[in-house]
Amino acid sequence: MADHKNHAEHAEAHLREKHLMLDPLPRGKMNEMVMESMTEKPTWKFWLVFAVLSVITAYGLFYSWGVMIAEGLGVAGVNRPAYWGIFLVNTVFWIGISHAGTFISAILRVFKAEFRRPFTRAAELMTTFGLVQAGFSIFMHMGRVWLSYWLMPYPNQRMLWPNFHSPLSWDLLAITTYLLSSTMYLFLPLIPDVAMARDRSTGWRKTFYKVLALGFRGTEGEWTHLRNAMNIFAFAIIPVMFSVHTIVSWDFAAAMRPGWNSTIFGPYFVVGALHSGMGAVIIVLAVIRSTMKHMKYFIRAEHFDAIGKLMLIISMTWAYFFFNDYMVQWYGGDKWTKQLFHFHEAGPLGWMWFAMLIFNVAIPWAILWNPKWRSTPWLVAVVGIFINIGMWFERYIIVPISLTINRMPFTWRLYEPGIEIPLGIGTLTFFILLYMAASKLIPLIPVWEVQEGQMAHELKKFGRETVVTVSELE
Amino acid sequence: MMATLSDLKISEVKLSGKEAGKWGMVIDQDICTGCQACVAACAMENNISFVGEEDAGYGRSMHWIRIERFWEGEYPEVKMTPNQPMMCQQCGQAPCEPVCPAFATVHSMAEELNLQVYNRCVGTRYCANNCPYQVRSFNWRDYERPEPLPNQLNPDVTVRRRGIMEKCTFCIQRIHRAQDQAKAEGREVVDGEFTTACAQACPASAITFGRTDDPASLVSQLMKRRSHGVKHLEELGTLPNVTYFKGG
Repeated sequence: MADHKNHAEHAEAHLREKHLMLDPLPRGKMNEMVMESMTEKPTWKFWLVFAVLSVITAYGLFYSWGVMIAEGLGVAGVNRPAYWGIFLVNTVFWIGISHAGTFISAILRVFKAEFRRPFTRAAELMTTFGLVQAGFSIFMHMGRVWLSYWLMPYPNQRMLWPNFHSPLSWDLLAITTYLLSSTMYLFLPLIPDVAMARDRSTGWRKTFYKVLALGFRGTEGEWTHLRNAMNIFAFAIIPVMFSVHTIVSWDFAAAMRPGWNSTIFGPYFVVGALHSGMGAVIIVLAVIRSTMKHMKYFIRAEHFDAIGKLMLIISMTWAYFFFNDYMVQWYGGDKWTKQLFHFHEAGPLGWMWFAMLIFNVAIPWAILWNPKWRSTPWLVAVVGIFINIGMWFERYIIVPISLTINRMPFTWRLYEPGIEIPLGIGTLTFFILLYMAASKLIPLIPVWEVQEGQMAHELKKFGRETVVTVSELE
Repeated sequence: MMATLSDLKISEVKLSGKEAGKWGMVIDQDICTGCQACVAACAMENNISFVGEEDAGYGRSMHWIRIERFWEGEYPEVKMTPNQPMMCQQCGQAPCEPVCPAFATVHSMAEELNLQVYNRCVGTRYCANNCPYQVRSFNWRDYERPEPLPNQLNPDVTVRRRGIMEKCTFCIQRIHRAQDQAKAEGREVVDGEFTTACAQACPASAITFGRTDDPASLVSQLMKRRSHGVKHLEELGTLPNVTYFKGG
């Protein structure tokens, strides 16, 4: 008898250790932990990284861009026939990164996936900051960026409107819509947390959170309104997310170029975006787990396991779309497409094509099938890094490499990046900088969401068996 | 009576698909010597920038017309293909037009040519990507004109600055000048009264320019008399207005 009891207790302890939702802490304690992780005095290491990244951003992004605006796009490597280069690669890449934020947060919220609770905020932040970089990349790309407002439909004396036949016009509208809606979607679940922070801080922080919290006090009525708003946004942002990357894919699919004019590009791009985005989420989670205080309590192996499964499925979906895209175009037998595919695989950058397949398919499949490896944070993060490099390669192959081959062989010419490289690195460091700053300013863990989940979960005994029950919340 | 499709009067939607165009060009590759006189004449007529050694070495030299030649066959049995002057084909259904988000590349109603509105261009370079003939040039920088080149700028043509796309216009300024002259004299423009800079400069008279919608014009006569004319990449449905003769 005692043996059975011990066994049951052991199983229960094991469950609690494994699942955040079954391992509740008192409210005050948890609030304190999140406050501490945020307000903890940054170490010299933090400042060192911050300073180095600031210097790189100042040089790579702002100075280099200034030079390019003053000198013209000649300082970049874009050239005929690759009129679009790394700028567009980075635009697509950053929009891709921003996708997983919404995917994780909105889709998992709508489907009530419980493991989402501790990291929705971290993912949503990625969406907003990634879109900022995408915006930088697309504006850098323009020859006369100071006239970029002409692409906005605004009433003017001359009755000049943007061309709504052009995918680029829709691109701008879609990205703007996504940036606005994802920022609002980031802000809504943040309100209860900044209200919590407001009540637990002093000085400038108090003023800062007071403004952000919009006077939220946590009354029944306020919660009802907030829940309604979040619900509407969670449902509404999913089609927005799908449309954004589909419209990005039209920039290519609507053009009459070999390798671009493919009807499958819409879903292929959406899946590709999720692929790189999930990889980025896992990297961010691994970093904040290992660098920030108390994060090991909130972000556990189970989360890496769950996201690892998603990554594996998305990797398979990506491979499916990739196969479809290549296979059908190759089967079509168009001589220029054939030439282009030969150039993809056997051209001077053929190694990139093979690296893409290894990083996007072979490595995730080889590692993520194993639950033990999938639950090892650093290992999944390494897979995430590989996936992101692989997906960057994929966009590089689609944009400058595919542009190299066109129907006028006289103009074929390899693309050699110039100032695009510091500019691209600048967007990456700026993204990290924004994230580092945010980690010190707003609670990275949605405390109320975790507490809500913990209240809903219960361990119940049926005979000798310990069973997890979840009560319906809304 | 039943209404047919052509009865619909929607100016935006082109139902006929017959954008034959007004102006056209005929190029005889058999007599083209590849002397590049057309390239030089075009650059002078249209104020095209000289990009300098470095940018030219990277393939950024701006020409609205270029002479293409290829090697055919394997060494040692190598044959040169005939010289092929390539410029904007002034497509009736131009792929560059719908993709511009700023309406900087548009079709003109009067001349039925493909226009580039320089001061509306924001430099997305989408048109250049979508041009199957790859004949658009981009101003990658503000290129300086060393003395005495500024003295030969053509006052009829805009000087372009950095960040702007440009391309062959079929010397639209010459078309306008001829039309104005004819109007002042109360007559129609006569075929052969004027021609483009490239056609004018060609010592072999390989380039002929004129009205394709006038069956009496030299261009129409040439196209009719010699039936082996080829329009490049016609299979894409671009309805190009330049006809090439090769091996006649």
